[in-house]
Amino acid sequence: MEIKLSTENVKDLLNKVTDPEIPVLTIADLGILRSVVEVDGVFVITITPTFTGCPAMRAIEDDINEVMKTAGVTNFKIRTVIAPAWTTDWMSEAGKRKLTEYGIAPPSSSTEDHLKAMISGVRKPVQCPFCTSLNTKLTSAFGSTACKALHYCNECRQPFEEFKCH
Amino acid sequence: MTKQEALFEYCLRLGDTALISGQRISEWCGHGPILEEDIAMSNIALDFIGQTRIILTYAGQVQGKGKSEDDLAYHRDAKDFRNLLMAEQPNGDFAMTITRQYFLSVYNFHLYSLLSKSKDENIAAFAAKTLKEVAYHLRHSADWVLRLGDGTAESKKRMQAALDELWLYVEDMFDADEVDEMLLKEGIAADMKAVKALWEKSVNELLTRSGLVIPPTINHLRKGSRKGNHTENLGYILAEMQFLPRAYPDAIW
Repeated sequence: MEIKLSTENVKDLLNKVTDPEIPVLTIADLGILRSVVEVDGVFVITITPTFTGCPAMRAIEDDINEVMKTAGVTNFKIRTVIAPAWTTDWMSEAGKRKLTEYGIAPPSSSTEDHLKAMISGVRKPVQCPFCTSLNTKLTSAFGSTACKALHYCNECRQPFEEFKCH
Repeated sequence: MTKQEALFEYCLRLGDTALISGQRISEWCGHGPILEEDIAMSNIALDFIGQTRIILTYAGQVQGKGKSEDDLAYHRDAKDFRNLLMAEQPNGDFAMTITRQYFLSVYNFHLYSLLSKSKDENIAAFAAKTLKEVAYHLRHSADWVLRLGDGTAESKKRMQAALDELWLYVEDMFDADEVDEMLLKEGIAADMKAVKALWEKSVNELLTRSGLVIPPTINHLRKGSRKGNHTENLGYILAEMQFLPRAYPDAIW
């Protein structure tokens, strides 16, 4: 039996696909899912890589295949594009809220402001996701995954991670 | 030389420098002086390998002979590699690694800033993405240059020794040839004279602040990476990196 689906149905299905490292975020929240269009009866799912070396991208592709096949959809293909380049500016507000609730500080400024700050050497403290204090310090710009940095909150004395501006 | 051939060559240069940088710095994995540094080095290595995948994949498409990024990474010999001589230099002590990474990060930062405005859409997108990663690499290595250069007598001595040694490979980074010129005219490549001026300004500033001395001009600077003339170090890297996929061509991971 053929199931008749709309692109909206496919997008709903893809809401089940989350980042394997940060399972509270869907690929739509992250801005990885660029579009779903129907071309000659085939759903073209366009995704874009986050950090160039992020191993999660492969897992995400596998998960998309899995979710679609489980739903009985076979008329689809996944297209990966690199232009325009992904940025944390595309992360949804819902995504940022979910990240904070999960205990990870969301990207704190726009990519443009961030790059300017990096060049000028200005270092703004990142807000602690647990107690909202700004009395925090950077422990290391490199963390457990490519997208995260390590911080420490001097106020509530908790180490925490930040989703880096990118 | 056609524009297509020049573009393929240009992509190889970007890709090979990223690949060899990543392979080199990954040797620190499990050997970092402290855990945070070990993680930092491994993250930076991963960024480089990720960048390599994108640009070598594009190189394969430009060449049009059906080659994947793996074919290009694993099935070419030293003479066919186009990475900067700087990238293949051994890790040595931490001062040597940091100085090399600093020189490359400043170079990459200015290069990719210019390339993000390239008329080639794929190179521009790749550069915009890479630039953001390179900004973190630059801050990491620059922090260490300042800390170690302006540190103890021992750390200063080691940093100066690394600087003197690696200075031999600086000129090679800016040694533009007909490929650069052709693509510069097309608005695709970066102007290496501009990259050099920006690089010198940044490096002079930080080294002065760090209390390190730029070596006097010497006349035996090593060049030739754009023509595949490498130091002996590259062969050893390739031997390790390429052994498995060549010995077991059907291996997948």
